[in-house]
Amino acid sequence: MTMAERTQKQRSAPTQTPKVADDVEPSSESAEKVKANLDDLLDEIDEVLETNAEEFVRNYVQKGGE
Amino acid sequence: MALPKICGIETEYGIVSRGMDMSPMLASALLVSSFSGGVPIKIGWDFFDESPHIDARGIHEGSAMFPEVESAMPNMVLSNGARYYVDHAHPEVSTPECRRPSEVVLFDRAAEEIIRNSMMHASNSMGEGKELIAYKNNSDGKGNSYGCHENYLIDRSIPFEQIAKYIVGHFITRQIFTGAGKVGVEVQRDGEMPVAYQLSQRADFFEEFMGLETTLKRPLVNTRDEPHADSRKYRRLHVIVGDANMSEVATFLKVGTTCLVLALIEDGWYPDEWQIADLVETHRAISHDPSLSYKVTLIDGQKVNALDFQDMLLERTRAYIDSGVDDPTSGDAHLILDRWEEVLNGLRDDPQSVAHMVDWVAKKNLVDGYKARHKLDPFHLALKAIDLQYHDMREAKCLALRAGLETMVSKDAVHTAIDTPPESTRAYFRGRCVAKWPQDIVAANWDSVVFDIGEDSLKRVPMMEPMKGTKDIIGDLLDSVATPKELLEHLQGVESTHPTPDPGW
Repeated sequence: MTMAERTQKQRSAPTQTPKVADDVEPSSESAEKVKANLDDLLDEIDEVLETNAEEFVRNYVQKGGE
Repeated sequence: MALPKICGIETEYGIVSRGMDMSPMLASALLVSSFSGGVPIKIGWDFFDESPHIDARGIHEGSAMFPEVESAMPNMVLSNGARYYVDHAHPEVSTPECRRPSEVVLFDRAAEEIIRNSMMHASNSMGEGKELIAYKNNSDGKGNSYGCHENYLIDRSIPFEQIAKYIVGHFITRQIFTGAGKVGVEVQRDGEMPVAYQLSQRADFFEEFMGLETTLKRPLVNTRDEPHADSRKYRRLHVIVGDANMSEVATFLKVGTTCLVLALIEDGWYPDEWQIADLVETHRAISHDPSLSYKVTLIDGQKVNALDFQDMLLERTRAYIDSGVDDPTSGDAHLILDRWEEVLNGLRDDPQSVAHMVDWVAKKNLVDGYKARHKLDPFHLALKAIDLQYHDMREAKCLALRAGLETMVSKDAVHTAIDTPPESTRAYFRGRCVAKWPQDIVAANWDSVVFDIGEDSLKRVPMMEPMKGTKDIIGDLLDSVATPKELLEHLQGVESTHPTPDPGW
């Protein structure tokens, strides 16, 4: 099988065999939860964000590491 | 047969002091020394075997930069086998050596709690209006980067160049699920369109394929040859290319997939034609393309996108594991393969379906949602603030904790892992000794523990085998002896040694 064929085969694989293990929560359900959660979070995010976000960003300066 | 993939993560945290003027070195030192873990004294680091300037390619680079740990800075070994110290201007936690990527997730989470504990105690001791804040990210948005390094035990008999030329394709393409997300670009090139959002915190900072440096001209494959183990048998692949992840699943996949791909390279299963042509440019281009459509060019001229490349690696790795080899991840392989497939399918079908697993997707949702609600320019600083606060280690301010990320380890397990070592590596011996005889240990390192048992010389226990010193091998002995003197009478290979230089604190 050439690389192109192999790739093509894999590209179509997900729709043919949707694989979700029995003991794993289906990701679509997780995704819906994430969406609902995101709306809630956006409602209250200003309470969590630093009061002066722009100053906070400007002052966030680190030395390089490693 | 590939070696078991003993693995671990070292994370440098960003550090901010509020309400006072304090250098980042001092702030880091104050943070680390504020940890109130179960160990009553701080046990020093043994620098006896440190050699971060030796190059795996067998060449000497006189100009290479290598980390110099400030000897006057706190540098301690914890009772879970981890190392907690100041590296340059950052607090850093290195997890203990683990056999399973799922254990690395647990100890990386324990490291976060160690940082939180330190922040709380430091801030309480500094008085009203003053605090220390750590960020588990990799860049300040102004061109300064700090690392989250991974380490994997590999077989010395495999030529390093062979490991490097194959594993780099995984490093470049795994960004699609390991990227922690970043608002903007830090190394903007002339004539290049500005990128509002990219997959990786780190991709902007890599300029070479291979090299010894970690702070300048960063290489995709780091050649530091410092095995912290028997150098005739082992290498430690020191990986500097990754992002620090807030998502536990992302950490699991980052370490897990890399363990498996390394094992298949060691066992000769990696197809030679799966090499990417222009490594540095491709790495950057993949990070700059959240649509995941960028085509990678392979050395034979074929073009595939990063998802295709990862699909190929997944299929090959599944065949390798199904061929009946011993699991290089000591029991995690099937979970790694299943979660890897889940994340690739999700990214291909609809990235929203993996927002609970992939940091760059979760962060992008916050950035895009906030931008739409407030009708902001894509380069507005408020969006950068969201980027930074995604990684804020204060629970009350951390956006990742509010983003609906899936957890893999329980709070109880994380709490236990703060002072309990993993059982199936030498970290068990180190952690148990530190917990049991903190007053009698003068120094420790990845490959040694040094005791002072009241004799003229110190007693150094070398631990050159990462898979020894485990609970199975030494747990009963550690339970049964009351003093380190008794312990040493039962151990072979104990060396008498002179005191190590005073670390100064």
